[in-house]
Amino acid sequence: MTDNLIGSSLQTAELTPRNKPVTQANWVSVVFIAIALVFLAFILYIPAINVFYQAFSKGFEPFLHNLSEPNFQSAVRMTLGLAAIAVPLNTIFGLCAAWALANKRFRGRTLLLSIIDLPFAISPVVAGLMIMLLYGRQGWFGEWLSEHNIKIVFAFPAMMLATAFVSMPFVAREVIPVLEEEGVEQEEAAYTLGATPWQTFWRITVPNIRWGLLYGVLLTNARAMGEFGAVSVVSGNVTGQTQSLPLFVEEAYKNYDTEAAYSAAVLLALLAVVTLVLKEILERRTGGHLKKSH
Amino acid sequence: MTTAQNLSRPTGDSPWKVFWHSLIHMPWTWRIMFGYLAFMLFLPVAAMLTKSLSIGPAEFWRIATTPLALSTYDVTFTTSLIAALIDGVFGVLIAWVLVRYTFPLKKLIDASIDLPFALPTAVAGLTLATVYSENGWIGSLFAPFGVKIAFTRLGVGIAMMFISLPFVVRTVQPVLMQMERETEEAAWSLGASSWQTFWRVLLPPLFPAILTGVALGFSRAVGEFGSTVIISSNTPFKDLIAPILIFQRLEQYDYAGATVIGMVLLILSLLMLLLINFIQAWGKRYD
Repeated sequence: MTDNLIGSSLQTAELTPRNKPVTQANWVSVVFIAIALVFLAFILYIPAINVFYQAFSKGFEPFLHNLSEPNFQSAVRMTLGLAAIAVPLNTIFGLCAAWALANKRFRGRTLLLSIIDLPFAISPVVAGLMIMLLYGRQGWFGEWLSEHNIKIVFAFPAMMLATAFVSMPFVAREVIPVLEEEGVEQEEAAYTLGATPWQTFWRITVPNIRWGLLYGVLLTNARAMGEFGAVSVVSGNVTGQTQSLPLFVEEAYKNYDTEAAYSAAVLLALLAVVTLVLKEILERRTGGHLKKSH
Repeated sequence: MTTAQNLSRPTGDSPWKVFWHSLIHMPWTWRIMFGYLAFMLFLPVAAMLTKSLSIGPAEFWRIATTPLALSTYDVTFTTSLIAALIDGVFGVLIAWVLVRYTFPLKKLIDASIDLPFALPTAVAGLTLATVYSENGWIGSLFAPFGVKIAFTRLGVGIAMMFISLPFVVRTVQPVLMQMERETEEAAWSLGASSWQTFWRVLLPPLFPAILTGVALGFSRAVGEFGSTVIISSNTPFKDLIAPILIFQRLEQYDYAGATVIGMVLLILSLLMLLLINFIQAWGKRYD
């Protein structure tokens, strides 16, 4: 009723010569768009273009030369290794958590959801510090670990733990809303028809959540490969040994080897671009059902 | 059909028995979830809590309030707040432009807002430090006026603005999309000025989303390390921020010092989480 009233009054308003708001809106819109773009240029676009400019300003040769450096290659291997373990672990956890919490109502559910989100609220440096307090020399398990000659801190295991910590919530966060939207009817129908839980999971649930799951895995991977703070605290940053690609970028920059820093940075920037493109494709595919924000 | 209900709970038993029963009959998905959470999250948090308790309240307070520590809080929190507020203003403007206007390359610009989420922070720090340095593309525009950006607090602020911008845009954008244009148009046609329409009609329902976005951006900026450690000169009492102080304490094997400052940051981020939940509950009154 009210909608109709407002609608009709608007139509008449458009017909009258008093259509000042429209012309004013056009003028205002140009100014607003211009301000937004200038701000974005200063904060995002110019810095982003600079990465590619610095990496390739002297042609591809310095870039290719840096790619063949052993320290650089070991950093790439380290980053791939970290993601190769942290991403599957977090995916299994995220799926289990989503399965346990979606479409359920019980006391403490909201609290559990907030707990799963906690790693996003904790500063990466604090996350690294916590791992040091557990496995470091003076940590809880420090003595036991050194007695048994197991190296966790300043080595791959702690770097992996730090990486998994900071990228933990993504899969659960993206899959829970999808599961809630799908509801439980299809799964219940499958059960009634005699399907085992495993069959139901692979034939009903996985096809339903696949885009949400891929989206979560994509974000987990981007964070895992790009993490700096938490990894840098626990890695010891030994060049050629415990250095991931983001650590290599910082180290090279600090040593005034800007060229090497940008060669590595451009690889990470490409990872970011690929992530954004795939993210956009997944969002289109699901018709904007996936959450835009993290 | 909830899992909790599926577990045939023995009624009339002691709470401990009920707890024990639900623990034994827990589905395996729950076991993996709790096992992973316990190992990855609870254990590290517990290690930090016991470490800070072992320090003792008097010593804790002494370490937490040394002049250097106090100056890092000031630099971290004030700079983060200013950066988040600036992002608040421009983020709302960007969300508005993306929702209400059509212009060339709009989809590309919309997608690019997530760049700070996807770009590793070390790369952000590296390129911001280059672009905003005295002979960089943007820094050289300000250098003639005697304004140094990179390797000062201003540069730290720029890095924080970069990091927290998507939080504001992505929180405000969906709310703006849901708002009906008719309400503003009604205000217009009833003779409200554009200023009145903005303050009285548009802003009130958007306000909780803006606050949430600014709070999310603020807490992200407070914890940020990768980009700020590169663009800051890390000079104590000037542009040294709290996360970098934690890092330096750890490098000196001063675990107690690192833990105390880490606790201050952890408590602040938990308070921010509470505040954000509160704002969101408050914002629901418009639903």
